[in-house]
Amino acid sequence: MGMTMTQKILAAHAGLESVCAGQLIKAKLDMVLGNDITSPVAINEFKKFGFSEVFDKNKISLVMDHFVPNKDIKAAEQTKQCRTFAKTFGIKNYYDVGDMGIEHALLPEKGLVGPGDVIIGADSHTCTYGALGAFSTGVGSTDMAAGMATGEAWFKVPSAIKFNLTGKLSENCSGKDVILYIIGKIGVDGALYKSMEFTGDGMHTLSMDDRLCMANMAIEAGAKNGIFEVDDVTIKYYEERMTHPYTVYKADDDAEYDEVIDIDLSAIKPTVACPHLPENTKNASELSDIKIDQCVIGSCTNGRLSDMEIAAEILRGKHIAEGVRCIIIPATQSIYMECIKRGYIEIFINAGCAVSTPTCGPCLGGYMGILAADEVAIATTNRNFVGRMGHVTSKIYLSSPATAAASAIKGYICDPNKI
Amino acid sequence: MIAHGTVHKYGDNVDTDVIIPARYLNTANHKELASHCMEDIDKEFTSKVKVGDVMVGGANFGCGSSREHAPIAIKESGISVVIAETFARIFYRNAINIGLAILECPEASAKIQAGDDVEVDFDTGIITNHTKNEQYKAQPFPPFIQEIIAKGGLLASISEG
Repeated sequence: MGMTMTQKILAAHAGLESVCAGQLIKAKLDMVLGNDITSPVAINEFKKFGFSEVFDKNKISLVMDHFVPNKDIKAAEQTKQCRTFAKTFGIKNYYDVGDMGIEHALLPEKGLVGPGDVIIGADSHTCTYGALGAFSTGVGSTDMAAGMATGEAWFKVPSAIKFNLTGKLSENCSGKDVILYIIGKIGVDGALYKSMEFTGDGMHTLSMDDRLCMANMAIEAGAKNGIFEVDDVTIKYYEERMTHPYTVYKADDDAEYDEVIDIDLSAIKPTVACPHLPENTKNASELSDIKIDQCVIGSCTNGRLSDMEIAAEILRGKHIAEGVRCIIIPATQSIYMECIKRGYIEIFINAGCAVSTPTCGPCLGGYMGILAADEVAIATTNRNFVGRMGHVTSKIYLSSPATAAASAIKGYICDPNKI
Repeated sequence: MIAHGTVHKYGDNVDTDVIIPARYLNTANHKELASHCMEDIDKEFTSKVKVGDVMVGGANFGCGSSREHAPIAIKESGISVVIAETFARIFYRNAINIGLAILECPEASAKIQAGDDVEVDFDTGIITNHTKNEQYKAQPFPPFIQEIIAKGGLLASISEG
């Protein structure tokens, strides 16, 4: 029986000729990732069990992004612990204030993750790198500690749902609308324990930023990983920044899938996920009576250059509605710099938006944009759970950068085609 | 091994943000995390939970963020076992890795109610509901995972070789 793309990568990293769904394997890791929240727990465990060295100093990334620049003394202590650990163990890819970015924007940008890799990260959105044709999945801190010590992790080989993409996105639609549409269709546990494999002619029309955004939210459908077939777009993106050789894996023609779902990209409209689950999706045009207090454009889902470009084009020469706060966060320093060069930052500030250095801050209700009781936000982030961005009675609507920017101008949720 | 206690019941898609809100993730201190466990969906939880109590959820329990602080907070609160219809996969891994007992059992998840007196036998997977005089059978872990649990968690199993 043939293997899916994920199964082929896992088999190769387990030193096996083939694997099948449900099989328990140990796989070699090409990258182990942690951030300033999850790494301290991993470091404590690593030390508690007396490990004296890491498996490979080049294959561990520690990115200080969640509460950095430090939001309080406790956060500062946690970052300090990571900094000390990185220095003691000679971790090469340690990113702190000044060169850090949001981890899932930073690692692809630096070429640290590439096609065919197996990556674990103590952050659920580690599934982002599947956009590059890697097997990449979120784990907890103990798995991260074990990965740092041994360079291996155990996996139950997943089965897969194949998403056959056709057509081309219409005006003002992006990868975010596609993934929200898919989560709305299959539900927040629609791909539980499974791979979401994206393929089809339509896939080639999607930019790397669109793919990164879609793979990023595979976890919001419960998936173990999201993965895109490798094409010229992937190869060009990776070769421009690659740090290590890559291997292209392709699903076998006779690979078995639990389900094949056809998605016509041209039929997708600007989509919004309503409180309090990413599966509660509606077309943006149906929500024009929802008044907003805050708009957040950024995060590991939508803080990339094309997201900034989309927001800038909509906000150019306009001003956000009175009473709305709009916070825009380019995800990495190089994206921030490019936004300055292209004049986007000037557009944002003239439009009445606040622009911040990279941080995950508001997405998880850490800092930099916490909501008060009953406040409503539209955000390009990835979760709209109860209390995620602040008070338990606050509400979050998830959308694309285009919908978020249009809504900030209007003061109500707005289809970007109607601004 | 046996667990026996009073049930704290929740619905589907209990996410790790409500188990332990991110505003408390500036610490890895287990007791501090436990003192805020479940507070965004159940303000009373920390004051009413007793050592040995049982937590029951619906489908996709522990979805969302990979924060291991979530199973840590539940375990430190004194909960002896979490029973759910299904678990989100990262939570499932984390619970095994840190030694928080979990069981998937759709029937138990559907029939057990808040306040029920429930006993779990981990060797057999039998869940006994003394309040309702019912028994449910949970799926046992595969041997590979049982071994990790028996050795005291993932790192203990690795350092032992």
